[in-house]
Amino acid sequence: MPSYILEMRDITKTFPGVKALSNVNLKVEEGEIHAICGENGAGKSTLMKVLSGVYPSGDYEGQIIYRGQECHFRGIHDSEEKGIVIIHQELALVPMLSIAENIFLGNEHAKFGVIDWGANEKRTRALLKKVGLSEDPNTLITNIGTGKQQLVEIAKALSKEVELLILDEPTASLSEKDSQALLDLLLEFKREGITSIIISHKLNEINRVADHVTVIRDGRTIETLDRSEISEDRIITSMVGRSLEDRYPPRDPKIGEVFFEVKNWSVYHPLHADRQVIKNINLNVRKGEVVGIAGLMGAGRTEFAMSLFGRSYGRKITGEVELHGKPVDVSTVGKAVKQGLAYVTEDRKVFGLNLIEDIKNNITIANLKGVSTNGVINDLRELDVANEYRSKTNIRSPSVYQKTGNLSGGNQQKVVLSKWLFANPEVLILDEPTRGIDVGAKYEIYTIIARLAAEGRAIIVISSEMPELLGISDRIYVMNEGAIVGEMPASEASQEKIMRAIVRGEGKAA
Amino acid sequence: MSTDIAPNPQTGVATDIPAGTRVPVSSFVSNLREYGLILALIAIMVFFQLTTGTLFKPVNLSNLVQQNSFIIVMALGMLLVIVSGHIDLSVGSVAGFIGALAAMMMVIWPLGGFFANPLVVAILCLVVGGAIGAAQGYWIAYHRIPSFIVTLAGMLVFRGLCQGLLGGGSSVGPLPDSFKALSSGFLPEVLGTWVLIPPTVNAAGKTVFGSGITLNLTTLLLGIVAVLAYAISGLRARRTREKHGYEAEPFALFVVKTIVISALALFFVYQFAVYRGFPIVLVVMGILVAIFVFITRHTTIGRRVYAMGGNIKAAQLSGIKTERLTLLVFINMGVLSALGGLIIAARLGQAVPAAGLGSELDVIAAVFIGGASAMGGVGQVISTVVGGFIMGVMNNGMSIMGVNVDWQQVVKGLVLLGAVVFDVYNKNKG
Ligand SMILES: Nc1ncnc2c1ncn2[C@@H]1O[C@H](COP(=O)(O)OP(=O)(O)OP(=O)(O)O)[C@@H](O)[C@H]1O
Ligand SMILES: [Mg+2]
Repeated sequence: MPSYILEMRDITKTFPGVKALSNVNLKVEEGEIHAICGENGAGKSTLMKVLSGVYPSGDYEGQIIYRGQECHFRGIHDSEEKGIVIIHQELALVPMLSIAENIFLGNEHAKFGVIDWGANEKRTRALLKKVGLSEDPNTLITNIGTGKQQLVEIAKALSKEVELLILDEPTASLSEKDSQALLDLLLEFKREGITSIIISHKLNEINRVADHVTVIRDGRTIETLDRSEISEDRIITSMVGRSLEDRYPPRDPKIGEVFFEVKNWSVYHPLHADRQVIKNINLNVRKGEVVGIAGLMGAGRTEFAMSLFGRSYGRKITGEVELHGKPVDVSTVGKAVKQGLAYVTEDRKVFGLNLIEDIKNNITIANLKGVSTNGVINDLRELDVANEYRSKTNIRSPSVYQKTGNLSGGNQQKVVLSKWLFANPEVLILDEPTRGIDVGAKYEIYTIIARLAAEGRAIIVISSEMPELLGISDRIYVMNEGAIVGEMPASEASQEKIMRAIVRGEGKAA
Repeated sequence: MSTDIAPNPQTGVATDIPAGTRVPVSSFVSNLREYGLILALIAIMVFFQLTTGTLFKPVNLSNLVQQNSFIIVMALGMLLVIVSGHIDLSVGSVAGFIGALAAMMMVIWPLGGFFANPLVVAILCLVVGGAIGAAQGYWIAYHRIPSFIVTLAGMLVFRGLCQGLLGGGSSVGPLPDSFKALSSGFLPEVLGTWVLIPPTVNAAGKTVFGSGITLNLTTLLLGIVAVLAYAISGLRARRTREKHGYEAEPFALFVVKTIVISALALFFVYQFAVYRGFPIVLVVMGILVAIFVFITRHTTIGRRVYAMGGNIKAAQLSGIKTERLTLLVFINMGVLSALGGLIIAARLGQAVPAAGLGSELDVIAAVFIGGASAMGGVGQVISTVVGGFIMGVMNNGMSIMGVNVDWQQVVKGLVLLGAVVFDVYNKNKG
């Protein structure tokens, strides 16, 4: 008889118009790593918010039994007191404060309200060492990468004497290497007796670390799988209710002449005028071709894409963009859109969505012309469009009037994608298009990409998931430190070859 | 996963739209607050009617409109400023300055000829207002100086210019009657009057003021036409929705809502008709309100302002020219501040150095009582107008009750806080 550290019984949680959870059950054993899987909007994050007191007792039905005691958390302070710490899907660090300040925010070592920075710094150093960071505690959060920020979040959790650590999609925006480090850390914690609950759409990671997997579908517990039963296919079948034959849709690429070409593209850092971020990039995409850009986090791929798209990043931008062999002006976002460019951002909350508006208004905002005549919006046409794209990308919501801020992470991503699909671009640049998206929805997005390519558009996909790039692209560029360091047809590419190109590039740069 | 196949009502092509999802659930829910606000206004009016007995008197209603219309006119501009994520503290000073400018042009400076016409002066003043808005908006939009600071500077500058223009502490007037009509005039009785109950005639052969019922036909007719137009357009919007396969709000609810609003409107129309008809300024305000409702709800430019206020980075990356849009919002604010200034001057019959002093606070309060968010991206025209009237009715009612000005401020401040707290509380609960 295993001893359970946590039992959640018959948890039901409703939002206006949405039943996010209905009678969900979850049992977590002491000292294990317990994974929670499910499609976008299945209710995973909601369940964890119930557990951690984000939704206080009384806001939901059901029981939470922690260490044999029924708990009624009124807020996260209550749950933290018991050693339950949650790290949310979207990081909650203050960018302009230092690592140490962030770790002890609201929890500072202080005497009579005066902060003892010496003590804080010492503790921070110890905590950082534990999570494998060698950063100076005084470094500002904005100056470290996402992977390290995630580790700082964990260090912060450790500072609270954590017994049950909840991680909501911790590796969604991490590079392969950083993800590995994070998972190793979880295994290390497990040896120390800390129990973890991890939510992730990266099934290979779950496969690697989880002792149990609980699958949630449409707000209901489907089953809990044992270590021995865990396999990617098994999880998928349980998640989507059927087995998924292929991870990538079949394609029959008909590649035409060069359609979109970037020549000698150079960009400097917006703040440090002498730092060249993008170094003389040359790249082309043919009609009907899907081109992938591989690289590690921080290789400058997003910066490259954003600088192309209406100079939305950087300064002292030089170089040329050609469509159909003719130079075109893409110096503002408006002009770029008019030329048929679209850029689907990797950061949906900051750059992609107006979170206080509904799905409908977000989908049409980049192409209001398409739903209006002489500046007057045709409401019904707009509603039709919104509904059409909502079903095309399979956005899960009660209606298109749902505020995007209330959607699950993956569904938010689909709204951003819908927005740009409706703009009907000739050249579509997708930056991490499947970040935080479940396997089923990934397949749908790949299908959309394949369809757009088949229609003769040019597509650029930036992704840190190499299998994905290998699965959907026709040709792959490898980027490192702001420069293209390799190019290969997808048929000849492999993860090793891409990595080798990166390493070779690094050797050259040094 | 529900993937029922619903035929697309427009093209007849089957698209897989999940069943039961075409109900505009939130269109009513989002209007709930608006209705609540209207109810609050009515409750406040009834309260003052009961305590003073005069609030609903036709003459007082005309006064109420004439005293507060400038706040509502400026609040329309302020709504867009606040929705786009900014603030404008200069509107009171700009209004004062424009009033002074108009008075100088009409009374002191010998402009003569074409420029002696008050209408020409008014138009010139609106243009100057637009230029002032552009001058402030330029720094805010293109140099990213916080609007709070730019318009705080504007507030000082234009109050100073207003006083300077008027030559220190003096007031300039009297303004021509044709100009004063903007605030104190009524719609002419082109259709004549309709004597319902003849007024009593006293011993001296003069009619007793306020006796009998004589209706202004022009006003009555205009009012009825406006109400009918409202009801019919509501009905037609419903029809088209249904024709396109979208459910509208329940019919019973629609009928009740339309009848209640129409009845209320007709009640006020009647009150104006028995006095001297619609005040001109009410008509001006009504037209402006209609225009701004249309802009905010149905135009691309309105939609872009909301998008910009909601998330400026996402708006930029969607191809919205946020700088130009911000500039436009401030130009609009400048023009409306100028109009507000003209209305104030016309009501006083002269330009005074303190005209519009402190009115920026009433204007901003009206917008926030109307439920706009200080973070930008949220706010409705009708709610703002109702918010403005709530402020106005409280000013008017408390003055009639004889509450002194200090306490009026206290009450208004508490109402503002209460309204916003109510909003925030509701949002957290929702
Ligand atoms: N504050 C809210 N108001 C209304 N609905 C909400 C709110 N928060 C979540 N929902 C809804 O509850 C459902 C579950 O959302 P949740 O965020 O738990 O999904 P998830 O399983 O974490 O998905 P993802 O993998 O995309 O992160 C979704 O349908 C979502 O739209
Ligand atoms: Mg989630």
